[in-house]
Amino acid sequence: MTSIIQATLAKDLRLEWRSKDAINSMLFFALLVVVIFSFAFDPTAEESRRIAGGLIWVALLFAAVVALNQTWARELRNQALEAYRVSPAPANSLFLAKAFGNFVFVAVLELLMTPLFIVFYKLRAIGPAWQLIIVAVLGTWALVVNGTFFGAMSLRTRNREIMLPLLLFPISIPAVLAMVTATTNILTGESPAKFWIVLLAAYDLVFTTACLLLFETVLQAE
Amino acid sequence: MRRIFPIFAVLTALLLGYAFYQAMFVAPREQTMGDVQRIFYYHVPSAWTAFLLFSLNFIASIQYLAGRNHFADRFVKWAAIILGIAGCIAAFAIRPLPYGMEPSSVATTAVAITGLYFFIRKYFPGEKADVLALVTAEVGVVFCTVVLITGPIWARPVWGIWWTWDIRLTSTLVLWLIYVSYLLLRRFSSSDQTPALAAALAIFGALDVPLVYFSIWFFRTQHPSPVIGGGGSIDSRMLHVLLLNWLAFLCLAGMLCWLRYALETLHRAVDERRAIESMPEPRSAS
Repeated sequence: MTSIIQATLAKDLRLEWRSKDAINSMLFFALLVVVIFSFAFDPTAEESRRIAGGLIWVALLFAAVVALNQTWARELRNQALEAYRVSPAPANSLFLAKAFGNFVFVAVLELLMTPLFIVFYKLRAIGPAWQLIIVAVLGTWALVVNGTFFGAMSLRTRNREIMLPLLLFPISIPAVLAMVTATTNILTGESPAKFWIVLLAAYDLVFTTACLLLFETVLQAE
Repeated sequence: MRRIFPIFAVLTALLLGYAFYQAMFVAPREQTMGDVQRIFYYHVPSAWTAFLLFSLNFIASIQYLAGRNHFADRFVKWAAIILGIAGCIAAFAIRPLPYGMEPSSVATTAVAITGLYFFIRKYFPGEKADVLALVTAEVGVVFCTVVLITGPIWARPVWGIWWTWDIRLTSTLVLWLIYVSYLLLRRFSSSDQTPALAAALAIFGALDVPLVYFSIWFFRTQHPSPVIGGGGSIDSRMLHVLLLNWLAFLCLAGMLCWLRYALETLHRAVDERRAIESMPEPRSAS
């Protein structure tokens, strides 16, 4: 199983490294969102600390959808997904490889966007900044694990591109709330973010389990 | 269906009319809120009915997915039995229960879930469980919409605001959003396996609801505490009218589901027939 995950993940990363389709479109999209929000709100340093948590995660959520939409569409070319379906490889290893791949893409996006956010919104954390890393890892996984799952689910719908956010956003509401509140709490330093980090971890645990249990059904749904 | 359904429909209409009369004229006037409070006889029964329908949808979805696999079916069966027993034990053993929960209501809920599971397992095997899931989701969204519309109408004069991000309001709204996306998936899916996809989404939605609840529980709550099984108190005449209205709403929901179930079954039979007819005729051996 590990070798299949490695092979699929390496293939996806290599494809992405050569084409840079997902990362370019995500990066430019997130950049546009940041610039537009910056014009729309025109915040002072104090205000931006309050709203930045929301802005960062909304921008990342929208940008992540761009990458998630491509992740399965890529496999439709040359019937690669059909080939995978008939192969004896376990479905979950394909799912995990795809989810890890998307995690890497969104994590790279976050690394590239963070300096921009700090510059545009004059951010400086008052609370413990190292907790932001935990929030980022858990939050990204929360978006990516369900996004990969619903991406596979919306693959066979008539309007694939729009279906993914329609399925993903309602389910992600508690995760988004937790990420945004945790980030805001850390940036303003007014209240601890511990509850929200625990909630995010619980969300990740519950939905990773659910995805692994149900992915086989979704993959075989033709 | 042909004979019983009209009788049931007429009875439901009569019951709805009687319950309306009771709610508008017989029930006592609330002291502080006045007549606005009477919307409560529609708001609360709709909410209960919607939640019941969504639970039915969840159980039917699990049953549909599990029923396709012998091992999963047995696993879910034992899980349902254990849930029922554990719920009853936990209801009376854990002290104190979270705020707003009574031992009897927790135990009843646990037993009801197990009971509903076995009911659906027996009477809605295979494809029928999927039809039931579709029907309950559709009717549930209708009742949930009623809840979300009557709530603000009541809240505006009483709280002075239309909407607040309170625990019950937000959870209901998220539930509504999840089920609307469920119906959209069913509408737009072009796969033959739409039922399996929809069932998977229903399970995701059901897992999401407790998380939404806990995440908003962390904020302050403004909604009045539940009338039954909670801290609130209610005049016995009001309770009587409320339960009568709930019965009427349950009958209405049951009638709608029944009708929709028959329609959907017919629809699928027609589709199947068409698919068979469009197949090329087998060549007769000559």
